[in-house]
Amino acid sequence: MTAFDLARAQFAFTVSFHFLFPAFSIGLASFLAVLEAQWLRTGSGVYANLYRYWLKIFAVVFGMGVVSGLVMSYQFGTNWSVFSDRAGPVIGPLMAYEVLTAFFLEAGFLGVMLFGITKVGRRLHFVATLAVAGGTFISAFWILSVNSWMQTPTGFEMAADGRFMPGPSWVAIIFNPSFPYRLVHTVLAAYLTTAFAVGGVGAWHLLRDAANPGARTMFSMAMWMAAIVAPLQIMAGDAHGINTLAWQPAKVMAMEGHFQSHPHGAPLILFGLPDQARQRVDYAVEVPKLSSLILKHDPDAPLGGLDRVPLADQPPVAIVFWAFRVMVGLGLAMAGLGLWSLVLRLRGRLHASPWLHRAAVAMGPAGFVAVLAGWVVTETGRQPYTVYGLLRTVHSVSPLAAPTVAISLAAFALVYFAVFGMGIVYLLKLMARPPQAHEATLDGIPIRSAGITPAPALDAPQPGAIGEHVA
Amino acid sequence: MTIPAGIDLTVIWAAIIGFAIVAYVVLDGFDLGIGILFPFIPAGPDRDTAMNSIAPVWDGNETWLVLGGGGLLAAFPLAYAIILPALYVPLITMLLGLVLRGVAFEFRWRDAGHRAWWDRAFALGSTLATFMQGAALGGLLQGVRVVGRGYAGGAWDWFSGFSMLTGISLVLGYALLGACWLNWKTAGSLQRRAVAHARRFGVLLLAAIGAVSLATLGLDADYAARWLALPNVLFTAQVPIATVITTALFYRSLSRGHEVQPFFWALALFGLCIAGLGISIWPDVVPMRVTIWQAAAPLRSQVFMLIGAGVMVPIILAYTGWAYWVFRGKVDGAGYH
Repeated sequence: MTAFDLARAQFAFTVSFHFLFPAFSIGLASFLAVLEAQWLRTGSGVYANLYRYWLKIFAVVFGMGVVSGLVMSYQFGTNWSVFSDRAGPVIGPLMAYEVLTAFFLEAGFLGVMLFGITKVGRRLHFVATLAVAGGTFISAFWILSVNSWMQTPTGFEMAADGRFMPGPSWVAIIFNPSFPYRLVHTVLAAYLTTAFAVGGVGAWHLLRDAANPGARTMFSMAMWMAAIVAPLQIMAGDAHGINTLAWQPAKVMAMEGHFQSHPHGAPLILFGLPDQARQRVDYAVEVPKLSSLILKHDPDAPLGGLDRVPLADQPPVAIVFWAFRVMVGLGLAMAGLGLWSLVLRLRGRLHASPWLHRAAVAMGPAGFVAVLAGWVVTETGRQPYTVYGLLRTVHSVSPLAAPTVAISLAAFALVYFAVFGMGIVYLLKLMARPPQAHEATLDGIPIRSAGITPAPALDAPQPGAIGEHVA
Repeated sequence: MTIPAGIDLTVIWAAIIGFAIVAYVVLDGFDLGIGILFPFIPAGPDRDTAMNSIAPVWDGNETWLVLGGGGLLAAFPLAYAIILPALYVPLITMLLGLVLRGVAFEFRWRDAGHRAWWDRAFALGSTLATFMQGAALGGLLQGVRVVGRGYAGGAWDWFSGFSMLTGISLVLGYALLGACWLNWKTAGSLQRRAVAHARRFGVLLLAAIGAVSLATLGLDADYAARWLALPNVLFTAQVPIATVITTALFYRSLSRGHEVQPFFWALALFGLCIAGLGISIWPDVVPMRVTIWQAAAPLRSQVFMLIGAGVMVPIILAYTGWAYWVFRGKVDGAGYH
């Protein structure tokens, strides 16, 4: 392997690990804000307890997101220094805005959110929760703007030495053509990821104790999200796909497995084995004209294929093709589960349907897999470029020797699997514990108060602040 | 775009990046220092208290490091593109160290059975990250090989006696800041132990500052000229004099039993070191190779970011100050964790 391959492997590895955490924390921060708002509004103790329950999980997720994200902010320079030099004048300021408007906001209020429950008033604490939730969204805004600019670069001027310089309008750079679609699609994905994780945890505890009020509430809230957001996400994904067809047709060709052009309506290939060397899909199972219907809203519309793209400019088709099918398949399954839950809810059986709960447990990790698959589609589909059509990935890499990158990649793999592997074990341990009537705050020792508090009526309203132990 | 004559945005941006570095050292130095001191604090309530004294603020502190990196990319992309590959090994090692210590804040509470293990990860990660920050600075000061617009040296060019010295010096310095922080924020046996550490690390740091200063003069005739030639020397000589005076004031305040002032005297020592660093390298951003003007982002990037920084930095300082205020005073045994 060359230093270039290793650098790509290292970036793919570290960004994939990193992306799991913000995908969860963006949704979880908003969920916590809703829980705290509901508690402030209704005074119902079940919300306060759920807030504390998920806050402990949020603390672990957020910590892992921060440290894995720090790695990303330096890797642009350590491993992609030519890209940084060339594109820095355009993307650097956007990333600086991310730090200034999002990272500081999250980090500054996180301490109060986690540990200040008994130190500030309940409204001020709610403000801290909102600030953290807002920060996660603002962060997504800027970094997805950067990513979208790399996919659909606009608003720049090319300097004589090959550097990308900002044009007169930053709006043209920030709101580049794919950004609005990618932002909506990714943020909805983060919400769905959280909804299915929360739903899976709720369902797990309902299977053991269908009367647990915390489990009932979180499962109900999660299934509302699934029923409403999953169909919205399918619509957003469709719009994003049409946008991609306009700006990055080769990516869509790879997603669809279209090696040939179809002047009279392109079929939708459900499954098959893409063979890029011979430029064909073996054993294809197709639905005639459906691809044209989806992408052009006209069954007979012509669609170009990779036969129009030189091999050197094609993305790796098999990876994009399969990742796309994983993402879409999971998206449809999510919408299906949401619909199922809606039907059972209308029949009043949401909390008394073990098969729904089992399905929800099985779908608990679905969001994470779908998010990663979607990320693979868009990033691998951008290849062989870092700045689409203008700067090749192979011309973006740092002048490093292969052994150096090989060792760093091995070190990242070792540390990440050990550290984040343990972190995921801790998350599962926290999730395996049923929500309590007197959920502890973020105390040093987890479940410290669980053993010593008597168990009164489970969802008794709690008069104290959200963080007070009510004995 | 018209910028009033006499205003050089590149200099302003150099000042902002400098400010981010100062803020980082001021804020993250003491919390890394607590990690460095961790092996010298007995397991049990004292360690828990030491950890609790920084748990609510470490994440915000570390964000200044992200601003330093991100700001360098945004304001001086060429410097970012040269420095980061040149310092690949120390920077990647620093990042891995920060991963280890960052997760330990939460993990040690989640797994009592492996708490000793995560405490070791916290100490190792903090020490490694600090040492590599210092070594990276040393590697940069001794000069990196540049051809065209890129780094042209090897992976281990940074490794030298000088960079080992700067690495060790920073470990001593952050340990001093950590000890002073514990003197301020804790009580009882932990505070007494912290004062003893502060006495020890104060002397060690002063010796390290002297060694690094002399070694820097020996690195390159350019550095020596900036410090020793007339009339510069009349100004630059104030820095070592002030360092000695500050150290004396630090010890006086420590022996009078002050709790807050020693921390600020220690910070003043760091301030003098950074001022000395500025004298050595100004106006280069890659020492002896690339000036701030050669590395600067185009005017449009500078203006756009200046608006953001101008609005946001005061707001950030305000709410960061508020967060520190919420957790003011001594950390009690139970802590707020």
